[in-house]
Amino acid sequence: MSFRHPTRRGFLASGMSSLAALAVTGSVPGRAQAATPPGVLVVGQIAEPKALDPAAVTAVNDFRILVNLYEGLTRYRPGTLEVAPGLASDWTISDDGTVYTFTLRENVRFHDGTPFDAEAVKFNFDRMLDETHPYHDTGPFPLAFFFGSVARIEALDPHSVRFTLKEPYAPFLSNLAYPTGLLVSPQAVRQHGHEFGRNPVGTGPFRFVEWRSNEAVVIERNPDYWGEKAATEAVIFRPITDANTRVAEMLAGGIDLMVEVPPASLAQFRDGRFSIVEQAGPHLWFLILNCKEGPFADKRVRQAANYAINKEAIANDVLEGTATVAAGPIPPAFNWAHDDTLEPYPYDPERARALIEEAGAVGARLVFYVTEGGSGMLDPLPMGTAIQADLEAVGFDVEIRTFEWNTFLAQVNPGLAGKADMAEMAWMTNDPDTLPYLALRTEAWPDTGGFNSGYYSNPTVDALLEQARTSTDQAERAQLYREMQAIVHDDAPWVFVANWKQNAVTSDRVKNFRLEPSFLLHLASVVKD
Amino acid sequence: MGGYILRRLIAAVPVLLGITVIVFLVMSLIPGDPATAILGAYATPENVEKLNRDLGLDRPMVERYVIWLGNMLQGDFGRSFSRNRPVIDEVAERFSATLVLAGTSFVLCAFFGIIAGVISAVRQYGFADRLITFAVLVGISVPPFFLGMIMILVFAVHLRWLPVSGMYAIYGGGDLADLLRHLVMPALALAAVAAGVVARLARSAMLEVLRQDHIRTARAKGLPERRVILGHALRSAMVSIIPVLGLQAGFVLSGAVYIETVFQWPGVGRMLVDAILTRDLMLVQGGVVLVAAAYVLFNIAVDVAQALLDPRIKT
Repeated sequence: MSFRHPTRRGFLASGMSSLAALAVTGSVPGRAQAATPPGVLVVGQIAEPKALDPAAVTAVNDFRILVNLYEGLTRYRPGTLEVAPGLASDWTISDDGTVYTFTLRENVRFHDGTPFDAEAVKFNFDRMLDETHPYHDTGPFPLAFFFGSVARIEALDPHSVRFTLKEPYAPFLSNLAYPTGLLVSPQAVRQHGHEFGRNPVGTGPFRFVEWRSNEAVVIERNPDYWGEKAATEAVIFRPITDANTRVAEMLAGGIDLMVEVPPASLAQFRDGRFSIVEQAGPHLWFLILNCKEGPFADKRVRQAANYAINKEAIANDVLEGTATVAAGPIPPAFNWAHDDTLEPYPYDPERARALIEEAGAVGARLVFYVTEGGSGMLDPLPMGTAIQADLEAVGFDVEIRTFEWNTFLAQVNPGLAGKADMAEMAWMTNDPDTLPYLALRTEAWPDTGGFNSGYYSNPTVDALLEQARTSTDQAERAQLYREMQAIVHDDAPWVFVANWKQNAVTSDRVKNFRLEPSFLLHLASVVKD
Repeated sequence: MGGYILRRLIAAVPVLLGITVIVFLVMSLIPGDPATAILGAYATPENVEKLNRDLGLDRPMVERYVIWLGNMLQGDFGRSFSRNRPVIDEVAERFSATLVLAGTSFVLCAFFGIIAGVISAVRQYGFADRLITFAVLVGISVPPFFLGMIMILVFAVHLRWLPVSGMYAIYGGGDLADLLRHLVMPALALAAVAAGVVARLARSAMLEVLRQDHIRTARAKGLPERRVILGHALRSAMVSIIPVLGLQAGFVLSGAVYIETVFQWPGVGRMLVDAILTRDLMLVQGGVVLVAAAYVLFNIAVDVAQALLDPRIKT
């Protein structure tokens, strides 16, 4: 399929001399913008991708393209966050939880024709993890620590591969399903080296066609795909960083599908020409409270903050219904690990006042760190001011300090001690283990390399999390996480505010589209008329 | 003349060196480091440290500066980690897109600004003058990005005459007509303010000239009014209009940053904004240095041209 003529750059060069033509043109050609043909799906992305090398990137924006080009050993079962077979058709786990042996799907080939086999799997993980690997320098691989527990990988025969872990690590299988575990063609890495990220080769239902910088990434149906072939002929990903412009493109028909629609713009799409799709994901928006010093060192004051903040109003009014009220540290999207009996703290300012009085914290001054934007942060400024108003209504004196996102992280990640009493934060993860393990354990205090910026510490929670991480029995893990959630809910080291529902809008020409809880964008079964 | 050019070029060297020092210092001192920006939620001190090592950011600042400068002098501007490609490729591509946009805007603002100013002056206090003066006031008052958003709503979303954004159609297209269709709105939005400024100035310059003796002489000679205005009055007025045009060239180049964001124009302004937000050190540093070098060379070229035209300027 040919998408573009070769002479574009010539026009750039001659552009200046032809400007006079513009003045003469007078009336602009009055035809409507060329509608995209059936079978070619145009997706409005929020940014230009960094690279199309799954081991090298970290942004959901890039993952949305990658999962259509590549596959991993495991994947998420559609509509869930449960692990299902991917390029590995089956696997066994040793009783001590340290040896995983995968049986690979046969007759699978990369888009460049090379076979997918155990050696290819080994190459992929060695490239990421082994600093002496000849292609380790095609990184850096920022999320390689997802597989940091792997001690060694052996290709037993062409269709079986064995991973030996340093210690039992339950999230291993779901990490393999995460985009960092997507498998690339070793041959293509050898051929392109540093430029592999611009010449991606995987095994997925689509294969790469071209990447026009800052304009589009084009992928087309892989005719040799081992599974069900893609229903669209091609997909074009367009980076449109400005949200208003993205909305305008959608309204004008320039794109067929857009993700991350600003809440305030959703109303414009409720007129029958478009469909709005929503899906709750593994996202939690919360306030970190400084449990070490200041008013929030007292559990009653932390609970009071949870009662004082009107989370319904934030979810429904500030976020226009694009989020639900959060109950605890594990988002409901992890349906197997989430405790459904856990109720969110109700909005009860009276009770909050009583608790504050009991704790002797009436009129306490709170420094509140707020970010201007950032990954998963939704609408942090309006949310921050709504929270400030609610807390002042029960007798706190709240001072907001705002920071640009990266500056904000540089302030919050090293810990709130001596600086602030509370800070906004949001996480999206792929396993129920990730957030509590990295942000609630005593071992995860900032000075020991974690994200527990509010210095929460409860030995029972620490023990439960360690145990859940090493158990390979999902039912047992679920039970441990439920116990942990009940304790954390009561200890209230955070204010649990919202779980984001990812949204997307499609034009009426798009059929069969669904969003996944993983926030990834699988487009193989989408049809465009 | 050769000596003059050489002297100007030599004088530009410390300017450029100063720019490298400033941009390097600013990027090193602002809070938030690239590793944290890349790792986001996973930026543990351990991960940050490892990534900084991989990115070569664990070395002392002076050493990093010297390496960067040394590489640049050999033509290597480094690799952008947020784009995963050489800085020079990215900047060259984006800078030419900005030139097309800003260049068009400049031609438009000069053309329409001067015409409006001349008509206004000739019909002083007439209907045309009032209309133009009002339009100029509006043009100067409305921020370009807002004008751009309104234009998108009207001409792209409702009337569907023009594409919303981008530089080329995403499917098919790619020829000159396609480029022009995409260029109309951003170029006009960007030109509006500059055209207003030019029109105001052209009006007052023309009014002043029209009162002078040589215009009265020309009219007395019986020259057609058209020739008096365009051949005599405008020619004299251009002496004071041209320096303002030079200022407006700078204005459209810098104003392009907002317009590029609204219209998704793949130019260098948007690139720098994105690069700063992702703490893409190499891209910000290399981009600023290359753009600054272009400015400096442009200025030298203008000065040299002026020296060639005007013998009063000492070479």
